[in-house]
Amino acid sequence: MKQLLAGNYAVAEAVRLARVQFVAAYPITPQTPIYEKLSEMELEGKLTGIMMRTESEHSAMAACVSASLTGVRTFTATASQGLALMHEMLHFASGNRVPVVMCNVNRVIAVPWAFGSDQSDSLSQRDTGWLQFYCEDAQEALDTVIQAYKIAESVLLPVMVVMDGFFTSHFIEPTEIPEQAAIDAFLPPFSIPTRFNVEDPAFVANVVSPTQFMQYRQRSFEDMEGAKPVIREVDREYREIIGRGYGMVEAVSTDDADIVLVTSGAMTSTARVALQSLRDKGYKAGLLKIRVFRPFPTQEVQELLKDVPRVAVLDRNISIGKEGIFCQELKAALYPLEHRPLITGYIAGLCGADVSPDMIEDMVVQALNIREPADLPIWVRRD
Amino acid sequence: MNTAEIEKEIMRSGHMGCPGCGLATTIRLVLKVLGEKTIVVIIPSCVGPISASFPNSAFNVPCFHSAFEIAAPTAAGIASALKLRGQDDITTVAFAGDGGTFDIGLQSLSGAADRNDNFIYVCLDNEAYMNTGIQSSSATPQNVWTMTSPGGRRGRKKKFMQIIAAHRMPYAATASMGHPRDLMEKIKKAKDVQGTKFIHTLTPCPTGWRMAEDLAAQSAMLAVETKLFPLYEIIDGTQYHITYEPQGLPVSEYLKIQGRYRHFTADDAAGLQKEVDEEWDQLVTQARGCTG
Repeated sequence: MKQLLAGNYAVAEAVRLARVQFVAAYPITPQTPIYEKLSEMELEGKLTGIMMRTESEHSAMAACVSASLTGVRTFTATASQGLALMHEMLHFASGNRVPVVMCNVNRVIAVPWAFGSDQSDSLSQRDTGWLQFYCEDAQEALDTVIQAYKIAESVLLPVMVVMDGFFTSHFIEPTEIPEQAAIDAFLPPFSIPTRFNVEDPAFVANVVSPTQFMQYRQRSFEDMEGAKPVIREVDREYREIIGRGYGMVEAVSTDDADIVLVTSGAMTSTARVALQSLRDKGYKAGLLKIRVFRPFPTQEVQELLKDVPRVAVLDRNISIGKEGIFCQELKAALYPLEHRPLITGYIAGLCGADVSPDMIEDMVVQALNIREPADLPIWVRRD
Repeated sequence: MNTAEIEKEIMRSGHMGCPGCGLATTIRLVLKVLGEKTIVVIIPSCVGPISASFPNSAFNVPCFHSAFEIAAPTAAGIASALKLRGQDDITTVAFAGDGGTFDIGLQSLSGAADRNDNFIYVCLDNEAYMNTGIQSSSATPQNVWTMTSPGGRRGRKKKFMQIIAAHRMPYAATASMGHPRDLMEKIKKAKDVQGTKFIHTLTPCPTGWRMAEDLAAQSAMLAVETKLFPLYEIIDGTQYHITYEPQGLPVSEYLKIQGRYRHFTADDAAGLQKEVDEEWDQLVTQARGCTG
């Protein structure tokens, strides 16, 4: 049965369904309702583990790492400044190979101070060794958090489930909460042994030599690559049991497309509306939603875009000094293709600025007429 | 405490501390009391090189080398997970230096103490950032020489036990390797108390204090006997108990064996003596009438 749920509450329901044993959290807009809802669930006895109310996001992740090493399923949620404060601990989590799952609710990073959705917070953590999933709506966020545990506990790397601040976190949408029995059938109890066994003592996170260090990093790199088939398989299983799946990417009308618009997160829903309108007007436009950002779905995007002449990438983020980050990543992934598409990068919707269907239509039509590859992105703003 | 209870060594031989390290001896005493059912959290500090370099470990119990500012929440996370797993009989102990406690780890320690998470926090205070090569911390006493206070530190040492008392922890104490039985009795008490326990140990550092390698125990004893580092407990942040009556030797006895005080004039020493006497009187006043 579907219920009306904001994305934050949907994520809290997922945490409950995943039978998370240890939650450590700290409030920050726009994530706070997750923390509040989990507190309410704890009071009602729906969340039976331990909730640690830390004095910072940094400590929240520190406690999640050590609790996970001790053999329990853990969760935290954050956004923006909180994620930035956590940065050191993100490396610590992946380096310690703990399957911590975290929801990051995209919010712009100060300064100037602001609160709207912007992927710069999570994309700034691109190289911390976490898997990253960008969700389009509340339902996908709920389903992805549950999938994330199965993936993380298989590959032993932490997973960040990302959704847009306010657009997804606060908008109320019809969302289906799966039955506990169905999730129990999908997700077994946490079974990774404790790393701190008093019967067989070992030292965790020791000081190593440079060559030993490289072995650790190479192993993490290889396991992140190895996560790709795991993500596909877990998604397939979830679809089989729950009836919904999302893939590494989602392609809409790309087969005959003269141009494919590449999006991520909540803007994808707007792009779907724009795409329909463009098709109605006779434009052969397609849409590619990138859901999994780390590991980057190189095989999927190469396969889907190898015969497409033009691509427009919509980025709700900016790497100052280069371009939008999805655009950069896509260009790098497509470089080995024999016939590379002409790629135009658009920067829009930073800090939650409105991106309407007609703005997206204009971008696509403009990109169709561009004849030369551009190095710099096009900024789209309605002042 | 029965000697039979503390016979077993948890710390192995061959640690990589400097010769005569007071910190290593302190860890050894603490772990002797805590025994085999213990998980150790360490953070970057002198405890790092003392405890391990792959594939070795100086401890015969599980150990986790966490990050600098998170000794407390790391221990809290482990203790929570142990509770969830029904392994409450295992003690979690965090070792942190003065920098990791007085400075960079203060916020996270405060958070854990506020929640009263169940672990023992042992501050190994050698009064400077010794592992990085003798830089001032807020535990470095006033006018003391370090590499970053070549003319003597301007700030005054934080009165850390007052900060701890303000958190109303169920058990807090000062302890010294110079008084090992007192130290071990306190660790045993801490082990049996639920909640956050804090032990402030003064751990002489021959390298950083600029003194001979065989003076760690002597300097530790002198710090206590001069009343500069009195031994006491604070229960629930209010009940003060002085656990050892010091002889009241002049502080100059303690200062004169350490090169870091070499530039102290007679006036400097007299000023310090006055301060030490006043603080001792305050402690005696706080302890008066306390029970339990």
